[in-house]
Amino acid sequence: MSSQLAFHVDLSSCTGCKACQMACIDKNDLELGQRWRRVYEFTGGDWVKMGNAYINSVFTYFTSVSCQHCEDPICVNVCPSGAMHKREDGIVLVDTQKCLGCRYCEWACPYGSPQYNPTLGKMGKCNFCYDLIDAGGKPACVEACPMRALDFGPLDEMVARYGDLRDPAPLPISSITHPSVIFTPHRNTYPAGSNEGQIANKEEV
Amino acid sequence: MSKDDLLTKTLKDTVLTRRSFLKWSGVLGGTAALAGGGLKFGLKAIERATAQPAEKAIATGCAHNCGGRCQLITHVKDGVIVRISSDPSEDTLEAPALRACVRGHAYRRRVYYPTRLQYPLKRTGKRGEGKFERISWDDAISIAASQIQSVKDKYGNAAIHLVAGSAGGSQTLGIGTAARLLNLIGGYIDTYNNYSWACIQKATPYVYGTQTCGATRNDWLKSKYILMWGWNPAEMIDGTNTMWYVKQARLQGAKTVVIDPRLSMSAVGLADQWIPLYPGTDAALMSSMAYVIISENLHDQEFLDKYVVGFDDDHLPEGVLAGNSYKSYILGTKDGVPKTPQWAEAITGVPAETIVQLARDYAMLKPSVLYQGYGMQRRAYGESTVISGISLAVITGNVGIPGGWASGMAFEPVGPQGGGLSTGNNPVTYKVPRYKWPDLMYRATEMTPEEDGVVGLGPGEKHLPTNVKLLWQVAGQSMLNQHGDINFVASKLADESLVEFILVNEQFMTPSSKYADLILPACTWMETSGVTKNWKYGATFINMPKVIEPLYESKPDYEICAEIANKLGVEQDYTQGKTADDLVQDWVAVAQKADPNFPSYEEFASKGYYQWQFPDIHDSMADFRADPVANPLQTPSGKIELFSKTLWDMGKPDSIPAIGKYIPEWEGVSDPMRSKYPLLGLTHHYMRHSHSTEDNIDWNEEAWPQRAFINNLDAEARGIKDGDMVRVYNDRGEMILPARVTKRNMPGVIDIPSGGWWDPDQNGIDRHGAVNILTSLRVTPLAFGNPQGTFLVEVEKV
Repeated sequence: MSSQLAFHVDLSSCTGCKACQMACIDKNDLELGQRWRRVYEFTGGDWVKMGNAYINSVFTYFTSVSCQHCEDPICVNVCPSGAMHKREDGIVLVDTQKCLGCRYCEWACPYGSPQYNPTLGKMGKCNFCYDLIDAGGKPACVEACPMRALDFGPLDEMVARYGDLRDPAPLPISSITHPSVIFTPHRNTYPAGSNEGQIANKEEV
Repeated sequence: MSKDDLLTKTLKDTVLTRRSFLKWSGVLGGTAALAGGGLKFGLKAIERATAQPAEKAIATGCAHNCGGRCQLITHVKDGVIVRISSDPSEDTLEAPALRACVRGHAYRRRVYYPTRLQYPLKRTGKRGEGKFERISWDDAISIAASQIQSVKDKYGNAAIHLVAGSAGGSQTLGIGTAARLLNLIGGYIDTYNNYSWACIQKATPYVYGTQTCGATRNDWLKSKYILMWGWNPAEMIDGTNTMWYVKQARLQGAKTVVIDPRLSMSAVGLADQWIPLYPGTDAALMSSMAYVIISENLHDQEFLDKYVVGFDDDHLPEGVLAGNSYKSYILGTKDGVPKTPQWAEAITGVPAETIVQLARDYAMLKPSVLYQGYGMQRRAYGESTVISGISLAVITGNVGIPGGWASGMAFEPVGPQGGGLSTGNNPVTYKVPRYKWPDLMYRATEMTPEEDGVVGLGPGEKHLPTNVKLLWQVAGQSMLNQHGDINFVASKLADESLVEFILVNEQFMTPSSKYADLILPACTWMETSGVTKNWKYGATFINMPKVIEPLYESKPDYEICAEIANKLGVEQDYTQGKTADDLVQDWVAVAQKADPNFPSYEEFASKGYYQWQFPDIHDSMADFRADPVANPLQTPSGKIELFSKTLWDMGKPDSIPAIGKYIPEWEGVSDPMRSKYPLLGLTHHYMRHSHSTEDNIDWNEEAWPQRAFINNLDAEARGIKDGDMVRVYNDRGEMILPARVTKRNMPGVIDIPSGGWWDPDQNGIDRHGAVNILTSLRVTPLAFGNPQGTFLVEVEKV
């Protein structure tokens, strides 16, 4: 049995509302600029005028992204101080006592998950709300989602229930770090690396 | 009481130490393996306590005036809110958890925001200049009372106007507290209708005889097709969980389609298909769908013959000549213009083939829902758009059947109600349409029933007796930011020869409060006891206890008004000796009487809310459908009136037609003004705020920055790149803000989200995207409603 915890994100019913992001900010008292969970808008397609009408192939879907709590976490591998570590249940955590604030992890992570906190001079990141789940609760983001598009649980259970899509665009391919987040695709979901769309809300993520 | 309930209650009400947690967790550890999922609630409550030792979880509500009313669970430590969490309840179809949106999750930041108003402020500079000095509460209350008394003595009560506002949230906060006070001292000139639904509320009864023509949301689970017409429940929150019910309908196999000029959040997360059209052309698309349906014989003739007046020339009211029926209009038998998909393509920008497919799907995938959003009726001819939409539901016979939808206002029948602070009776009978209130400042005495919609004049009275001399805004921004044509309204507010005194109860220095002569700092709903109830689907009663003490010198509106009442000699009548807590108890007592299942106050407070729904699917048109003779509608004919003789008799066929018609808008898609201002304005409810509430909060700005959302082709044609500063303008005003270049708007459409706070620079140019510097003060023809969605602009790179 896998001891790795995982998130599930249902892109087919995510409206991109950011309740998850705001619940995370509130739970973790994050300063402006720190977004341990954030929502990417991936938009593509075109408008073509045909006579009086506009034909379009425009699409958008939203992808809520936190730390992927990877099975092979590159942030842990590059951390020179041993601050970045993995718990027994697979949660990737920063030990702020050990963190030097060198930002190697930030540089290495393809998901932008470890984020530098200039006030503390340390790294911060999604910690799966381990304090809440250790007490039997849910991560703040999961419990906040008005569309019930977020879920969490053991990775093998999540895969059994939701399939095994791990790298929808605009995320990077999953073979780099083996992320522990499972996605249900939106009807417009493209695979990682797709040029069919772009991140359309860069200033928000 | 079950063990779970006991745990929940205990944990919510008691300050837990880590030690006691360990004791509890031992108990739970022993039972968890046996009890399964039901324990989640209790465990959840415990972790809240342990995450922050000596932390107390207090359930309250989120009572912004969006469409929802949600639960917020505050975590309080040493008298300070340290976190807000979500309703942990399991979802059931009857009572899904009341999960809050981003606005609720940002509320802690709002409560403690550094710019909260801390003490009463008296104006020192010119009105609107924003210069104030701190004064004491004693002085503030004396000034407020003496100004009210003096205007009343000098001009009469009709010279006092309480400006609409909806942000109070609970009964001890907000406009109702001031209305009660003013009514005790002779009243004030009030307004009727509202900024949200003026046209849809006015128009729907002409067809159905009622606004209550809707059904419960679980009815959608029986639908095969849901047409979300200009409807964006994910962003405007049309009832807590309404979008969740749409999701449930999809899981049952319903196909969902969004029609909107913008690829809205609902179009992304709730729909299988998105059909963009030019703003203000909805009725043209609707009419062309009717053309397809009628010409392909997909309409329900049997239903129309039995239940409907005015579909075809054989069923027109007496005295109306053939050629005036709905069918004649659609087929063009009289005006020579068949409302074909090709005709509509030229107006709406929607390809004719798409229209044909849309019409067939809606008519054939029955039962089907056509749900009308409200943005499309806040437009130049909103009334006729509403009736055009209803007409599609009627001709397809989707009225009063399981899984169908009558369209229009579509309220479901009213469930049990709570009590609440009565506003009493207003002795001043005069009312004007809400969108006409600024006229009261400078031309009240010229306003007429015919032109301006004045009501309540006495026998022999031709005009209102006086202009308004005192304005009072409580928990709202209708005084300026949320009304149309800000620059014009601001000029009238600033003119000290018009209104003599402006009183504002607020929590922040809003653009509207800047025009006050006296600002009274009100506390938030976290700082006083109250209670709230939802307004649309089912009945959700939410307890809103005092979570923390009022910050700084702020007070609940109820207390502020009681103090003014004291100066005016009516305190006893005002409070009847009741505290805010007493008012909550009164409210609950009424609810308990209305619903025998309503819990005791203690139980209510423990869960934090009580959710009531109709026990099964409930369609308010079902009785009429079952037997139209025994259960006639409240229309003149007792039937559905696709043709309204009442509207016909008004004699204004160009603006108030007797049937649902497409009427080209002023400042719309075909207005010659587009040669000067080519872009069609759009303003949507933005996730970052409820109306204008929370616009000033940095968490919200970070998540959802205020931008001019411009289509990529329009941007390219103007040399505008994403993030460029742009100037958006028309004859009424201009704003400069960053552009967001997007493919999610139809070409030709620019979206300035509503609710941005007006921030004029030294040249009067708005710097924060307050859309109402661009909107018109005209009113709609029938409802005297607010067409704030209809405006044209041009954009250029700065």
